[in-house]
Amino acid sequence: MLSKKPTVQFNGTKEQEKELLEMIHELKEEKGALMPIMQRAQDIYGYLPYEVQKIISDETGIPLEKIYGVATFYSQFNLSPKGRYRISVCLGTACYVKGSGDIYNKLMEKLGIVGGECTPDGKFSLDACRCVGACGLAPVMMINDEVYGRLTVDDIDDILAKYE
Amino acid sequence: MKSLEELKAIREKNQGEINLRSGHDMAGSKYRLHVLVCGGTGCTSSGSQKIREKLVEEIKKNGLEEEVAVIKTGCFGLCALGPIMIVYPEGAFYAMVKEEDIPEIVSEHLLKGNVVERLLYDETVKGNNEILPLQETQFYKKQHRVALRNCGAINPENIEEYIGTRGYEALGTVLTTKKPEEVIQIILDSGLRGRGGAGFPTGLKWKFAAANQADQKYVCCNADEGDPGAFMDRSVLEGDPHVVLEAMAIAGYAIGASQGYIYVRAEYPIAVDRLNIAIEQAREYGLLGEDIFGTGFKFDIELRLGAGAFVCGEETALMTSIEGHRGEPRPRPPFPALKGLFQKPTILNNVETLANIPQIILNGADWFAGMGTEKSKGTKVFALGGKVKNTGLVEIPMGTTLREIVEEIGGGIPNGKKFKAAQTGGPSGGCIPAEQFDVPIDYDNLIAIGSMMGSGGLIVMDEDTCMVDIAKFFLEFTVDESCGKCTPCRIGTRRMLEILEKITNGQGTMEDLDKLQDLAAHLKSNSLCALGQTAPNPVLSTLRYFKDEYIAHIVDKKCPAGVCKALLSYKIDADKCKGCTLCARTCPNDAITGSVREPHVINQDKCVKCGACMEKCRFGAIYKE
Amino acid sequence: MENINLKINGLDVSAPAGSTILEAAHLAGIRIPTLCYLKEINEIGACRMCIVEVKGARNLVAACVHPVNEGMEVYTNTPKLIASRKKTLQLLLSNHDKKCLSCVRSGNCELQQLCHEYGVEDEDFYEGEMNHYELDDSAAHMIRDNNKCILCRRCVAVCEKTQGIGVIGPNNRGFATMIGSAFHMGLGETSCVSCGQCIAVCPTGALYEKDYTNQIIEAIADPEKYVVVQTAPSVRAGLGEEFGYPMGTDVEGKMVAALGRLGFDKVFDTDWAADLTIMEEANELLDRIKNGGVLPMITSCSPGWIKYCEHYFPDMTENLSTCKSPQQMFGAMLKTYFAEKEGIDPKNIVSVSVMPCTAKKFEIGRDDQSAAGVPDVDIAITTRELARLIKRCGIEFTKLPDEGFDNPMGESTGAGVIFGATGGVMEAALRTAVETLTGEELANLEFTDVRGTQGIKEASYNVAGMDVKVAVASGLGNARELLNKVKAGEADYHFIEIMGCPGGCVNGGGQPQVSGDVRNFTDVRGIRAGVLYRNDAEKTIRKSHENPEIKKLYEEYLGAPGSHKAHETLHTSYVKRTVN
Repeated sequence: MLSKKPTVQFNGTKEQEKELLEMIHELKEEKGALMPIMQRAQDIYGYLPYEVQKIISDETGIPLEKIYGVATFYSQFNLSPKGRYRISVCLGTACYVKGSGDIYNKLMEKLGIVGGECTPDGKFSLDACRCVGACGLAPVMMINDEVYGRLTVDDIDDILAKYE
Repeated sequence: MKSLEELKAIREKNQGEINLRSGHDMAGSKYRLHVLVCGGTGCTSSGSQKIREKLVEEIKKNGLEEEVAVIKTGCFGLCALGPIMIVYPEGAFYAMVKEEDIPEIVSEHLLKGNVVERLLYDETVKGNNEILPLQETQFYKKQHRVALRNCGAINPENIEEYIGTRGYEALGTVLTTKKPEEVIQIILDSGLRGRGGAGFPTGLKWKFAAANQADQKYVCCNADEGDPGAFMDRSVLEGDPHVVLEAMAIAGYAIGASQGYIYVRAEYPIAVDRLNIAIEQAREYGLLGEDIFGTGFKFDIELRLGAGAFVCGEETALMTSIEGHRGEPRPRPPFPALKGLFQKPTILNNVETLANIPQIILNGADWFAGMGTEKSKGTKVFALGGKVKNTGLVEIPMGTTLREIVEEIGGGIPNGKKFKAAQTGGPSGGCIPAEQFDVPIDYDNLIAIGSMMGSGGLIVMDEDTCMVDIAKFFLEFTVDESCGKCTPCRIGTRRMLEILEKITNGQGTMEDLDKLQDLAAHLKSNSLCALGQTAPNPVLSTLRYFKDEYIAHIVDKKCPAGVCKALLSYKIDADKCKGCTLCARTCPNDAITGSVREPHVINQDKCVKCGACMEKCRFGAIYKE
Repeated sequence: MENINLKINGLDVSAPAGSTILEAAHLAGIRIPTLCYLKEINEIGACRMCIVEVKGARNLVAACVHPVNEGMEVYTNTPKLIASRKKTLQLLLSNHDKKCLSCVRSGNCELQQLCHEYGVEDEDFYEGEMNHYELDDSAAHMIRDNNKCILCRRCVAVCEKTQGIGVIGPNNRGFATMIGSAFHMGLGETSCVSCGQCIAVCPTGALYEKDYTNQIIEAIADPEKYVVVQTAPSVRAGLGEEFGYPMGTDVEGKMVAALGRLGFDKVFDTDWAADLTIMEEANELLDRIKNGGVLPMITSCSPGWIKYCEHYFPDMTENLSTCKSPQQMFGAMLKTYFAEKEGIDPKNIVSVSVMPCTAKKFEIGRDDQSAAGVPDVDIAITTRELARLIKRCGIEFTKLPDEGFDNPMGESTGAGVIFGATGGVMEAALRTAVETLTGEELANLEFTDVRGTQGIKEASYNVAGMDVKVAVASGLGNARELLNKVKAGEADYHFIEIMGCPGGCVNGGGQPQVSGDVRNFTDVRGIRAGVLYRNDAEKTIRKSHENPEIKKLYEEYLGAPGSHKAHETLHTSYVKRTVN
């Protein structure tokens, strides 16, 4: 068990677990199977949370830390899921001086997560990003491909409500 | 596949289709026309899939299914002009094709034989339904395609098309008529050197691995092409995957290996798909697996996907990654030829290197050694990009000059700007200044002028490029991609980047410059692997040729190219300013003041140098210096 | 073996084929500095301190991994190399918490030593961003301070390769690389077994035991408390190293004198409890053999091993002897037998142990380890902490006279003292079990088959017409190998001794740290074990069942080995744990 709980509760299904176990058993005797197993596990779950890595560890006998070490080495492995709506707030200079930091803080408060995380319902994930090249609209944030400019903290509720 | 005869039969069956595309022999083909649509990554992202579907639909509508074949190929090389399609036998090259152009092309060209001139790549238009062959255009004229031979010419998802171009004949010849040591001798004699970076002689690599006895040996293909701006390996995998499989099998025979691994970037989904298809087909045709060509030789290939770590392009890191660990390099010796993958003798060749192998076997070592310079034989593929008109993939004989590539093949610098430097070798390479424009490109010359071949990225830079900023860009990349194992690279690249940031922020001192140079030398000689050893190259080469730019940043607090934000100021030309107030309204930080119809002024203390005002100004009144 | 001839710094050197440059240089009396290298387990060439120049080589090479070749010319101390090493040190310092004055390793830090040697006069030469980490104090026995970590990965190697556990490893990449556990778990949440081998090999102050020295000072100063100390066999074999004695010096007498001067009310010996352990364990073994109990029976002296078994072989906890470890038996008897005898309320006794072990800090907090209703042992400190305590209290160790342990719990036999070396418990048990079974006196007490520092040892003895098969493993990687054989039915032992640390307690995680360049060329385990075997040989009584104070304990208090009372006080139970 983990003392530090992730924001998004793991809600893998029985079917996913069955698929994971079958896949591990199919691959585990192959030489150097760990990466392919992790890649396929990520295909099944979309990310590699503790619960999934623990199953891989138990089934292969590879220490959990080693799996985690591999997962954090390669940029393509995700430890937390991305939301259906991915919010990125520009923290470039122009946006920052116009208060994008406040926007970012407000979003964290409103969503109850910190940057890099995803809300428990899997709806929103929040990240900071560098200049998106829309300085004239500062401060700017993006939700998926939609750009929102000239934001104020008070706009946040209305914008998020659009994604209910 | 039990014999060369069997292979020949398949080749002959497909010969007609292949011939049609070379424009001379139409008799052997089932079709009157072939329409080749590029299905490489570049064209796919500019919509070639839609184009192809529309084409098939229109052909059906016009009842041409029996006469016209639509073939999805790999990359043609001229990615900037995508989506691209070519109609054979005439060789009409349609560039930047739009979906709405298709009905016209089908009804006019395919049905009636009237080339749609306005949609052709302009250089090929001769008028009167005449077309300048592609090979005679500026972009292709100086090129010589060996590794890219089949890219854009065959359907990569059909093994018979590959066989139709003499595919697998080299493997068959080798297995049935040559001893392993003879194969190695051919490769040695050809002078082929590794195309992935350092240029180690391929034949020598094979020879070392062949000499080590072991119960198991491996052939690995490095398809983890990671240099920003380089994509020649991707193009080969997408356009001609079988050539890689064939070459690996030849290598396996030469060194005594029965298992191969291709380590390919997961970011190349099309390449992965095509490789999977190719491996399946090769197995089906008995060209992989047991008893190939009835000789008892067995060889199989497994695909392993990278997971986003640039360092895995380093050979020991790549093997460590295949073994299922963090892709960290290990010290050499022991060299992979003795203890490589799973501690067994292993050779690792890059995709482009392998793509040359079957041709060398078929045409002979002398043919290959006849191209290139004294110490660098054959051709090299470059991904030409940056400030140049024709961007894309070019394959040129070694010894071609930078000037020929940039000015002739690349069509020069756009917008009348001046050439400043070309960057080769990605984060491991360096910047070549204009004064080295006429140096023939080969491995040794590039090293001598402070760069390296690398995998073949070639980025052209003009006067608007800041060389300190470029050095910083590449160092940011290596800092991100350093594996973190050895001290000099883990901490040293970070410290170098911090010094560069200081300089580009206008806070650098001349002592910082010494420190930077000193650290660069330290990393070069002390780092564990090539990533760390070559990470300082972008800094060292810019320091060598563009030291004045560094000094300008440090002493004059100026960025001559006008790139480094902290060192520029935006100003308003009072004569041009009409006082429209748009800039003031645009400014994110209220740094611009002025009354309506009066010249405005930028308060430098408040300006965050985002450039939004300059973008918005309709009178060109805002400038930076 | 074939020899290779090369030149190092112009000197002709001959080294066995397959040697590294580092080893060849060592033969020639040349020390090449290292930080990450640990022979056989961490040959990764990562720190770049050991770089040397090889004539004709394109780059500098890492001496720790580069093999010697015939005719090679090596230079180890050119100006370029000295400057390079200094730069590498300065780079390390630029991301290192340099609070050296308050660091537990100040004075024996390998990084500090090298900075001193290489004249690093400007520790902030490469200023820049540093990583900041929270301390991990979640485990019972130790603290991890990544701010002092230099990423040499010795700890990772010893945890993964020697111990076969792998609860710590490199996470993230590049500058953000850090040693830690999966998902930022604290070490206490993982299946870390508390062996402390990571601390033993750490070159800096990044890993250290939880220090309880001040609690001891306070307890001694408290007039209400009766403070008793016990010392494990291996402490006397290691403690001298902290005071400048050569490795392998027996400092038992001075140690006892120092403890007395620290103000302990009684200075007792864990060896006494080791003899007691043998009485109970030999009895349990014979009982299991006779009455069809679970076999093989496995020793339970090593708390690191116990925790390992609970995590990684939970189906084999029935095989564990139910005997408490000597430390805990001692504490149990201290707070029952001794307390009753002396008329002291066990609640007022502070039971202190000095151990070569960090897992003992975990063990004292286990359930079912409180014979008198209060913990058998209150404070467990390591050999290193004892040295610190002695220094802090101004005791001039080297000038002390040799003194003897107090009685009754200071009386011990040669069997008790060899507990600290791998095979020692087995040998001590055999001395007692064989005599008990045969009823005859042993002609030769020395069971040499189970001696020595190799990881796994096997022997078979014909005792009273029965073949007794035994095995000994030290280091948990070896333990795993042995147990897998047992589980697979490839071996049918009666009795197995397992010690968590390679070489046994003499090489425990709480022993004085030995710097890498000494460790790599020294048989630390063998030299320290030598102290114990010499001590045994010099004793007049060498069999546990002949210890007069143990006999008296059974007569006066426990009755017979395995009695109800013995079970209540001297035996314990185990739990099954998961792997994390």
